[in-house]
Amino acid sequence: MILRWFSQFFSAPHTPMALTREQIASIAALARLELSAQEIPVYQQSLSRILEFVGALDACDTADVVPMAHPLPGLSQRLRPDVITEEDRRDLYQANAPLTAAGLYLVPKVIE
Amino acid sequence: MADFHSSTLTQLAADLRARRFSSVELTRALLARIERHQGALNAFISVTADAALAAARGADRELAAGSGGALTGVPIAHKDLFCTAGVRTSCGSRMLDNFVSPYDATVVARLKRAGAIMVGKTNMDEFAMGSSNETSYYGPVRNPWNPALVPGGSSGGSAAAVAARLVPGATATDTGGSIRQPAALCGITGLKPTYGRVSRFGMVAFASSLDQGGVLTVSAADAALMLREMAGFDAADSTSVDTPVPDYVAALAAPLAGLKIGLLKEFFDQGLDRDNEQRVREALRVFEGLGASLREVSLPHLPLSVPVYYVVAPAECSANLARYDGVRFGHRCDSPRDLNDMYRRSRGEGFGAEVKRRIMTGTYVLSAGYYDAYYLKAQRVRALINADFIRAFQSVDVLMGPTTPTPAFAIGAKTADPITMYLNDIYTIGANLAGLPAVSVPCGFVQDLPVGLQIVGPHFSEARVLNAAHAFQRVTDWHSRVPRGYA
Repeated sequence: MILRWFSQFFSAPHTPMALTREQIASIAALARLELSAQEIPVYQQSLSRILEFVGALDACDTADVVPMAHPLPGLSQRLRPDVITEEDRRDLYQANAPLTAAGLYLVPKVIE
Repeated sequence: MADFHSSTLTQLAADLRARRFSSVELTRALLARIERHQGALNAFISVTADAALAAARGADRELAAGSGGALTGVPIAHKDLFCTAGVRTSCGSRMLDNFVSPYDATVVARLKRAGAIMVGKTNMDEFAMGSSNETSYYGPVRNPWNPALVPGGSSGGSAAAVAARLVPGATATDTGGSIRQPAALCGITGLKPTYGRVSRFGMVAFASSLDQGGVLTVSAADAALMLREMAGFDAADSTSVDTPVPDYVAALAAPLAGLKIGLLKEFFDQGLDRDNEQRVREALRVFEGLGASLREVSLPHLPLSVPVYYVVAPAECSANLARYDGVRFGHRCDSPRDLNDMYRRSRGEGFGAEVKRRIMTGTYVLSAGYYDAYYLKAQRVRALINADFIRAFQSVDVLMGPTTPTPAFAIGAKTADPITMYLNDIYTIGANLAGLPAVSVPCGFVQDLPVGLQIVGPHFSEARVLNAAHAFQRVTDWHSRVPRGYA
């Protein structure tokens, strides 16, 4: 019912936007996410549906509208003086690391 | 005393100070309730019984000495995305199942400084992405009013714990309705403060231009007390706003007469359940009886909130969650072949289906060639929605409407189609996009299920919004109703 209610606001026809398997694979590669063969069609369907849904924004006239960059109008990100405020707590932080040695984070070999 | 749990947070704090009972007695009683109901509700991910009792003993010493803060000895729970030193902070995800935070979030530290005692960490949708608490790695939370139904999300564990009177108050966060929607569905009070009012330092990030910490409590008076202790400038959070924190508790008693209430026209359309609408309209008549005046206001761009949100939030989520790389903390896959394989499999295994969906949506809308069409377009429409709100607040003091389109729905009912789930947040997302404070208060029942009234105010008007909610709760008792089996 809500969906029907919602659709009344959008009279402009949206182009149905079906993503291909290849596009899903490429998005997943960009996002560094391993997907199983079974997951790909699921995301193909749901991402296509989400893009179609957000396509409703196309019907809204936004000429000359400045994109909102901060939720509080007139405020922007605060800067702070460039001074050291943190103490060295490497051991504490590295207690959460999957693999460390001699204070270093270990990862698979990067350079042959 | 067997009926600790029927007291409000404000009452418990006063009784502890008057030494009517000890914090150890109170904490022990609530820990026993948590244990008894955990199987049925699954509201907690971690229970910190030993640390809570140790803190309660310390609180009793302070109370005996006549020292301590506004919340000394009062047990509360934290949503499991607030970092808690030495205690697992899972965010409802396999990714952080093994993560023990090295520090306290500012909110946690401030409530601790006020004397509150943490009894545990509450269940939630994974990384706060969900409206039903079904995306948690630790399983769904059940609604205390009916275990076949969802409690709402993403702060479903905090809401269920307060509704079942396992704790008198809990922290929560709201990115698109994650405090107000579960408050409505569980029959309690939920406050999302203005963006920047409460520090986000140590709050695991989801969508940084929308996330804001707040509270779930039985009453607006309790929310005022908790917020007063939590809010305020924090140099550690670059989005924290340096503006004084009023005494929200003292502001509760101000008279309501003359309050100009705007009825959000767009929220009373046919998407709203008829019975739900009736309860909201009855509540509005209560406000009229208190001397407030009602007028309809239209925010023409508000119906676009959901599509704007489902561009902006996934975009910010994909950037924020890029930090989970299996290198410094969090899940790492077994025997990675190379660095890329480690990233991909650690993230593929560590994140659940909804989180992956949002990361991919966000990656897509930010990718080359689509950024202008989706992300920038959404931020432009967001500016129009924000302008609608600013215009409305030129003629009214607060806006009111329903919190949700329907009461709680069945577990599994909306998991098949993400859009159906997303539309559940249609009335709450606007306040996040515009950074406004908003509260949901219980305003009646539909088929034995609670429904919520939402009150939205201008930036930094928490005192006004809580004052209106409190005035309503002084003449109604919907917020005092307790689900059967938990009284």
